[in-house]
Amino acid sequence: MAAPPESRARKFAKLLVNGDQVSHLVTLVFAGSVFVVTVLLVYQLWIHSEPSRAKFGFSFLWKQTWDPVTGEFGAWPFIYGTVLTSVIALLISVPLGVGAAIFLAELAPPRLSNACTFLVELLAAVPSVIYGLLALFTLVPLMRTTIEPFLKKTLGFLPLFTGPAYGVGYLTAALILAIMTFPFIISISRESLLAVPREQREAALALGATQWESTWKVVVPYARLGIIGSVFLALARALGETMAVTMVIGNNTSAHASLLAPGYTIAAIIANQFTEATGDLYLSSLVELGLVLFGLTMVLNALAQLLILATTGKGSKRD
Amino acid sequence: MKKQIVWTALLAMSAASALTAAETINAAGATFPAPIYQKWFEEYRKAHPDVQINYQSIGSGGGIRQLTEGTVDFGASDMPMTDQQIKDVVAKRHFKPLHFPTVLGGVVPAYSVSGVNTELKFSGETLAGIFMGKIAKWNDAAIKKDNPGVNLPNEDITVAHRSDASGTSFVFTDYLSKVSPEWKSKVGANTAVNWPVGLGGKGNEGVAGLVKQTPNSIGYMDLIYAVQNKIAYGSVKNASGSFVKADLNTVTEAAAGAAKSMPEDFRVSITNAPGKNAYPISTFTWLLIPDKIDNPAKKKAISEFLKWMMGPGQADAQGLSFAPLPMAVVSKEEKQVSLIK
Repeated sequence: MAAPPESRARKFAKLLVNGDQVSHLVTLVFAGSVFVVTVLLVYQLWIHSEPSRAKFGFSFLWKQTWDPVTGEFGAWPFIYGTVLTSVIALLISVPLGVGAAIFLAELAPPRLSNACTFLVELLAAVPSVIYGLLALFTLVPLMRTTIEPFLKKTLGFLPLFTGPAYGVGYLTAALILAIMTFPFIISISRESLLAVPREQREAALALGATQWESTWKVVVPYARLGIIGSVFLALARALGETMAVTMVIGNNTSAHASLLAPGYTIAAIIANQFTEATGDLYLSSLVELGLVLFGLTMVLNALAQLLILATTGKGSKRD
Repeated sequence: MKKQIVWTALLAMSAASALTAAETINAAGATFPAPIYQKWFEEYRKAHPDVQINYQSIGSGGGIRQLTEGTVDFGASDMPMTDQQIKDVVAKRHFKPLHFPTVLGGVVPAYSVSGVNTELKFSGETLAGIFMGKIAKWNDAAIKKDNPGVNLPNEDITVAHRSDASGTSFVFTDYLSKVSPEWKSKVGANTAVNWPVGLGGKGNEGVAGLVKQTPNSIGYMDLIYAVQNKIAYGSVKNASGSFVKADLNTVTEAAAGAAKSMPEDFRVSITNAPGKNAYPISTFTWLLIPDKIDNPAKKKAISEFLKWMMGPGQADAQGLSFAPLPMAVVSKEEKQVSLIK
């Protein structure tokens, strides 16, 4: 059965207009670009950190000193500060954010919900330097004169709340990160709660559940993936946040047990020292910190995913 | 990758400069003198419309790096280049960078101490003790000795320093290294050091903010920031034993004191300089000019700019709170211009 001669061109045109193969190929290339960018990023960090990796090896990860004069560089105080501030920030912002999202999506009158959502989206768009300035001029004095003395008085027996109240430090940085990640969690969690089909709620109510039972046992588990996604985004923002953190964390290059003490994060030290860094070793140590931050983000994301999958789920599997 | 981008940018730039007949010169480096450099380059362009100098204030380290990579025509730094850095430039670019001092700056110990309204005095050893954490209270015997009769409170000292690497930190730690052997062996002098105690603030404005906000604190900053932010700053004991407060005259005095022993390449630290009225924490800031410029038009433009900067340009310095060069240094520098081949 020979095809008519003009059909070839027509076939090709057809392929372009509604062809599955073409769309498959084009979108594959687009998706592949994500992979390419990631690989190039790691490759650049890897080759530019060569002098530092050669000199310090893995001890870079747990060495405590950061001394540009003698050329001794270790990442531990920065890894510690980054993880500590991000974890405390999420401990504060996840319950608050998810709680607020449940109220806005399920319980609030629509007018209030819309108004709040508008404000939340405004908050998410505020540049981080503004949060940093606000923190520096309002949160830091408040911490120094009121909150930190109070914590020392009531919880001072814990090593977490000892030392002088400077106002700047891990706790202040964690608080500003909590405030910055909060709108992300609300906004995305609310969207995913609203996307739960009406039938799910109606079925739960029809079975005799109260409104709260239907929300907590049916709607929230159904929207689980979206909520987890919002937590990941918040974590990524907290780990990589630079300006606001460096303005309030105190920028001290040692690790301290007390949350009131000044510390440092990886992003903050890169931002602080990269422009004026001289010498290959100094520069490559800063690049290696970038590599460490990349690895840290991956590890923490994986851990968070495991944690959330382990604690939710039972009886609410959704495929 | 990076090289390609740089080349593309260079090609684009040279294409642009070929189109507009003006000679475009690119420079990058120190942030501390950036205000006066911007003003100079702007004024020079008005007087000579055929020369346009673009200056990016990316930091002294960045300026030296870009000069070494050959992405700028000249650099600028608050810290003289080390022998190793000069060797690197010679090996990679086949020219030697010449140091041209442009203006002077002073770094002051600024403080806020509750209940103290008189101006405090600091000797070098006391400052080193405070920034090492060995002097931890305001009523320490060492501070009392420098300030007889001042009623100092029994409060902890909060130390504030720069968190970013900076020429300001270099000048301050260079001074402390000269007056305190212990500081020299334990901390040393650099644009960034391993600070034994204290809070880090980003930039002069960050340290100024910390000192202003935190009761009983002390930090160091460029003179102009202490003046602009109305933060109290103390006088510092100089090499001849008198307490001198920083201002444009005492800073210039320090350079004049050092001019006699100035090395031929101008790579000199003028901290703790001799002279009765010399302010001890003063510094030059330098332009780093190649001693071999292949493009004759560029060579002419840069040489003429340097001469202009040392002459009429100096008049702009005081308005922006930079101390002008002493005459003795200018006459030495003018000779160095002829070394540009």
